[in-house]
Amino acid sequence: MIADSLVRQFKTIVGDDNAWTDATDLHTYSYDAAVVDPVQPGLIVRPTTIEALGKTVCLCNDNGLPLTVRGAGTNLSGGTVPLPGGVVIVTNGMKAILEINEADMYAVVQPGVVTAKLAAAVEAKGLFYPPDPGSQAVSTIGGNVAENAGGLRGLKYGVTRDYVMGVSFFDVEGNLVKSGSRTVKCATGYNLTGLMVGSEGTLGVFAEIILKLIPLPAHRKAMMAVFESLERASETVAAIIADRIVPATLEFLDNFTIRAVEDFSKAGLPKDAAAMLLVELDGHAAQVEEDAVRVEALCRSMGATSVRVAQDAAERDRVWAARRAALSALAQLKPTLVLEDATVPRSRLPEMVVAIQRIAKRYDLTIGTFGHAGDGNLHPTILTDKRNHAEWERVEKAIDDIFDEALKMGGTLSGEHGTGLAKCRYLEKETSAGTILFSSRVKRALDPKNILNPGKIIAAKA
Amino acid sequence: MASMDALARLMRELEDQLVVCMRCGMCQSVCPVFDQTGREADVARGKLALLNGLMEQMFDDPQGVYQRLNKCLLCGSCAANCPSGVSVQEIFLKARAILTGFMGLSPAKRLILKGMLANPRLFDRLTEWGARFQKIFTRPVNDIVGTSCARVMSPLIQDRHFRTLAPVPFHRQVPAIDRPAGKSGLKVAIFTGCLIDKMFPAIAHSTIKVLDHLGVGIFLPENQGCCGIPALSSGDLPTFQKLLCHSLERFNQGGFDFLITACATCTSTIHEVWPKMADARNRDAATQLARRTMDINQFLIKETHLRPLTNSTGKTCTVTYHDPCHLKKSLKVFNEPRAVIEATPGCKLTEMAEPDWCCGMGGSFNLQYYDISKGIGMKKAAQIQDTGANVLATGCPACMIQISDMLSQAGAKIAVRHPIELLAEALYE
Repeated sequence: MIADSLVRQFKTIVGDDNAWTDATDLHTYSYDAAVVDPVQPGLIVRPTTIEALGKTVCLCNDNGLPLTVRGAGTNLSGGTVPLPGGVVIVTNGMKAILEINEADMYAVVQPGVVTAKLAAAVEAKGLFYPPDPGSQAVSTIGGNVAENAGGLRGLKYGVTRDYVMGVSFFDVEGNLVKSGSRTVKCATGYNLTGLMVGSEGTLGVFAEIILKLIPLPAHRKAMMAVFESLERASETVAAIIADRIVPATLEFLDNFTIRAVEDFSKAGLPKDAAAMLLVELDGHAAQVEEDAVRVEALCRSMGATSVRVAQDAAERDRVWAARRAALSALAQLKPTLVLEDATVPRSRLPEMVVAIQRIAKRYDLTIGTFGHAGDGNLHPTILTDKRNHAEWERVEKAIDDIFDEALKMGGTLSGEHGTGLAKCRYLEKETSAGTILFSSRVKRALDPKNILNPGKIIAAKA
Repeated sequence: MASMDALARLMRELEDQLVVCMRCGMCQSVCPVFDQTGREADVARGKLALLNGLMEQMFDDPQGVYQRLNKCLLCGSCAANCPSGVSVQEIFLKARAILTGFMGLSPAKRLILKGMLANPRLFDRLTEWGARFQKIFTRPVNDIVGTSCARVMSPLIQDRHFRTLAPVPFHRQVPAIDRPAGKSGLKVAIFTGCLIDKMFPAIAHSTIKVLDHLGVGIFLPENQGCCGIPALSSGDLPTFQKLLCHSLERFNQGGFDFLITACATCTSTIHEVWPKMADARNRDAATQLARRTMDINQFLIKETHLRPLTNSTGKTCTVTYHDPCHLKKSLKVFNEPRAVIEATPGCKLTEMAEPDWCCGMGGSFNLQYYDISKGIGMKKAAQIQDTGANVLATGCPACMIQISDMLSQAGAKIAVRHPIELLAEALYE
């Protein structure tokens, strides 16, 4: 319970309409998209200016109130689940695109800008902001940077980290810290930008973000290849890369996902196929057309039973409709969907897919797997009903095993969803005791009262 | 008030539908109310979490949940965009009924719904009485849009520019019709709908003209009532059931092939809501009638082979089409109204940005949250004006009321019409 007098101070900063303490409102900020238990905060504030944001952070620190910054609340690792009685800072009151500079190819944005809206604004000027996380229609740039979000284009274009040229953020006392610049090169100071990307709101609160833009590819071509065995599909991925072709997207669907998509959307997918690859090439028209011919030939020589190359925009849409439908098709089968993102080096993909199938059998679970084959980032999707406690225990064991397999192959717990609450207890397994110690020391030095989204990344002590 | 335990038990009825929401938050991208306010309690995910919270007794504020649940246009944009396929509208209607039953209907709503809407003849008499006196209180404000405003400051009307009640409602002009199929071999029943009957009789006349032209037989029973959605969205299930019975009795004869309406909301209520919300004794009859129910545009394109007509008048206009949520999102009807406009001589169709973004009307939402409703509507008005069109067409009289208000307040000289009106005019001029 936050004292009325303190709530009044927050209201003075953000305005009466932008601070809420009603239990009903509080409940609507107790969760995000991760399958973790909801936690009721004590206060919601929605600053509409950057100055108000800084003052809010400072007031939280002065009063030792834990604070969690929230964009659209689409986090899949519990990073936006608040602390009991803590403060939630909602960023959607600060959603201005401050600048799109065509000559220098960068954009400056406030943290609450919606990813897809930025992408559209940039595209209207013939430029391109490539990171496209699955939630981009609602996710915010602030959240994307805090989580180092990925997307479908990781293989060729990288992830959010690769587009952050600079950030301004408030430290825990509300001092404005600046790092990076509007220039391609910048060699001054510590690389605080690098520290802040993926810090999940535990080190500071973003005020402004400078993003790199690139020219919009002039031409795109999509195709869909069907395989009778998993191995053939993954060998094809390796063969495409070995042939020095880097598709913008190279996506994989397993048999379970293919069947779910077909039952859901009746798109005419082969339900007996073991795997499907969806490929999109982009760039200069002549190059794209030439590479498309080579990729098609490679798919066929690697044993694809059918290859469909999209001849126009409508066909391209149909190719991607199958991929877009994957999550929906799976989500409709059971009430609870656990979307994991364990990632392995690309070459270990077939082993990982087989390992996931083994784990599904071991724990008698339904797991559909799809994902970004080009960068080894799979989405094993466990379908369950959280109300079935016996099954839920098996789900937790399966997740442990998936992580173990990924780490054994030199992979990582999370390709793009972040550590948050869901994965922090596994982090030492991936790294080392020294890593956790070092990270805790950084955290303690920058946030002595431990109020910045505590318990995320570094597990709260029991 | 009954106990919170009792309420939680009632909410359990919704459990299997509630657990389908995986809190992905994609509804935020399409919710017109959330777009205005940015508050989680205004978007479907937040409301579903609140209902879940009541069910799990995580907090104790049914009044607060009820209030937030009612701050919704019931436009169905969230459900149409939901990856998990949550039956949002059905959950919300059922939850409104449960919470209204738990807390009771407000006195004003009790008077309007139970006292007036539930008795079609009384409702007719009251609105006719209102039509006679409205000129005293209102004055015309925009001739092209066809709106009026209050003569003196009124807390109810505020600064609205509204379409007035028709001097003579449609059912007085044409009480009933029963004529056999003509050259088309088809016969349809017409469900008029309150707004068309009392504010837009021209839409009903146009419907009849076009059906006659195509040789389609008509069954128009007398003493029609409301489709029931205003009662249902206020959580008044008994009044809804009473109105449903009334309608089923009206349409249980006439030997027609299809039931058609020119109101998107009536069509979607009959087609989608009746079978789900009818009580056991009426469910089969409601379901059978629902299966034969169609929007007028859909009927013309799918069933009558409407061909483009030649332009006899030489008049031309540029038309932009707004997708009513209850046609596009509930029924996936969006090509057919455009096809009707394109079949109309002299009409050139031009698309606005986001034609399927809600207009912000939402029935009683407009009365309770006029500021938000107006915020949503003014965005629509700007997008309409950006097209340079001189006619805005849409397949829903409720959207017509809202868009007329917004265009008129924006000072636009754009007529607001139903596609069937445009087609009927081209036929007979």
